[in-house]
Amino acid sequence: MTFSMKSSQKCGLIILLGLLAFAVLGSWLSPYTISQQDLNAILEPPNAQHWLGTDHFGRSMFTRMAYAVGLSFALGLVCVMTSALLGTFLGVWAAWSGKQVDGVLGVFVNILLALPGLVIVLLLAAIAPGSFLMLYLAISLVQWVEYFRVVRAVTQAVVQSPARQSSQMMGFGRWYQFKRHIWPAIAPSVFTLAAFGGANAILTMASLGFIYVGIQPPLAELGLMTVELFPYYSEAPWLLVQPLVVIALIVFGFHLLAGKRI
Amino acid sequence: MKQLIFRRLLQLVCVVWGVGTLTFVLMRALPGDMAYRIAASRYGQDNVDSQAAALVRNELQLDLPPWLAYWHWLMDLLQFKLGHSLVSGEPVIDSVQHMLGHSLLLAVAGLCLSALIAVPLGLFSAWRGNPLDSVLMGLSSMVRAMPVFVLGVLLLLVFALHWNWFPVAGFGTAMHLVLPALTLAISFAAISNRVVRDSAKQVFGSSFYTFSQVKGLSKWRTFQRHGIRNIALPVVAFLGIQLVSMIEGIVMIESLFSWPGIGHGLAHAIFARDIPVIQGAALAMGALFVLLNTLVDIVCHWIDPRGGMPV
Repeated sequence: MTFSMKSSQKCGLIILLGLLAFAVLGSWLSPYTISQQDLNAILEPPNAQHWLGTDHFGRSMFTRMAYAVGLSFALGLVCVMTSALLGTFLGVWAAWSGKQVDGVLGVFVNILLALPGLVIVLLLAAIAPGSFLMLYLAISLVQWVEYFRVVRAVTQAVVQSPARQSSQMMGFGRWYQFKRHIWPAIAPSVFTLAAFGGANAILTMASLGFIYVGIQPPLAELGLMTVELFPYYSEAPWLLVQPLVVIALIVFGFHLLAGKRI
Repeated sequence: MKQLIFRRLLQLVCVVWGVGTLTFVLMRALPGDMAYRIAASRYGQDNVDSQAAALVRNELQLDLPPWLAYWHWLMDLLQFKLGHSLVSGEPVIDSVQHMLGHSLLLAVAGLCLSALIAVPLGLFSAWRGNPLDSVLMGLSSMVRAMPVFVLGVLLLLVFALHWNWFPVAGFGTAMHLVLPALTLAISFAAISNRVVRDSAKQVFGSSFYTFSQVKGLSKWRTFQRHGIRNIALPVVAFLGIQLVSMIEGIVMIESLFSWPGIGHGLAHAIFARDIPVIQGAALAMGALFVLLNTLVDIVCHWIDPRGGMPV
């Protein structure tokens, strides 16, 4: 299977790779740490020492932004990997293994779908505030359901198809059947869901940071930085703009990468 | 109809059980002796000794084994005994009612506003076609890329801080409602105008629509008789799918504008670790979600009775 990308998808990929490069190079090259304060140089505009200025404690914004973007991408990546693997596996299993498995998994899915995702994440985040691990688990728990539903629906059709059935009758194993018949049918949907899932995971973390129940200070996180810098808007508008623009860019990049519109 | 109501009731039970279990785990997972904590919130930090804690423990039966306590917890829930806030001491049910009213006001205002924005824009871009269509679609893609709180912050900066047209936060007058409702409306309209446009384009291009014009109906009459219902169905069905994002939007917007609704209450309760209020607010949001979903199903059926009740 070859991935042929539309130009808008390439554009999205370039945006995301650019941000990723900024995160990696920024954290690696910067002489400052994210919590290193310099109270003699607060709310500075961009200059030679601090390329993106300094915040209200005189911390280097360049370093903090690089860290925050890196954290967002790390969360997005692990959440997408976990939920895509889990959702795809369970979706194929539910469609392929008869009524009982399907029924049991269906009950789980219905319970999860009965509450809005953000509320589930909020409740779980309340158990361990400020924990990256909990955020990751909660977001993955919410997101795998999407993959499960789509993969199950597509797989059900493929399992019934004559091509797959003759494959089985010729004695090919399950793994071969999955690779040859099911995976090509579900791959495009899984890819689209993954792109949207990445955006949603990052957005959820930023949202939680924004209402102060996500990642806690002094760590740098995009939503948290928005609230922290908001009171200094009139003195230093260029600081508040940075996290806002970066969040919008990340989401826009993922939406472009997804190609399709949901 | 019966089947639909039954399914939704089942979903509601799932919500209650899920929220109840999660908050129970939360209660148990908190560090420290529960009896001391409750006594402290009742009598003040300074008046707590082991006697007061023992009193509380006896009264609330806190020394029961976990599974029995879990059972009691669920039974209380089923009787809608939500308890008292650990912080303010008020009955949770009162504050939840209060918050729910504000949230509903915001949701209804936002929804109406977004319909006012999205429907004309969508119809217009389907009717006029390119280049207006491309411009509007591009614009809605850009707005969609902005998370709700980024949009809210931008509106706040422009309309409240820069031009001073509207108050920054709080509630009370109609002016306070404008910015939160507008934020919700714009973020929601950016998603739904595309659906209106796609649906309208399909209907305008379909053979039954052309036929009714060929047989002599005027443009307006055709739209009225054959357009509205057919366009509305996918839009309302889509609304049902997007309810999640609306509820999530409400949580964020309320926190941003200090709107005293359920989302704001939930965020505050989580921050203060006020578990009865967390439970009450989460329950109310879940119930609201199920209720709105049911409403969408019923409206879909009312618009297009052909398909039977959606399952």
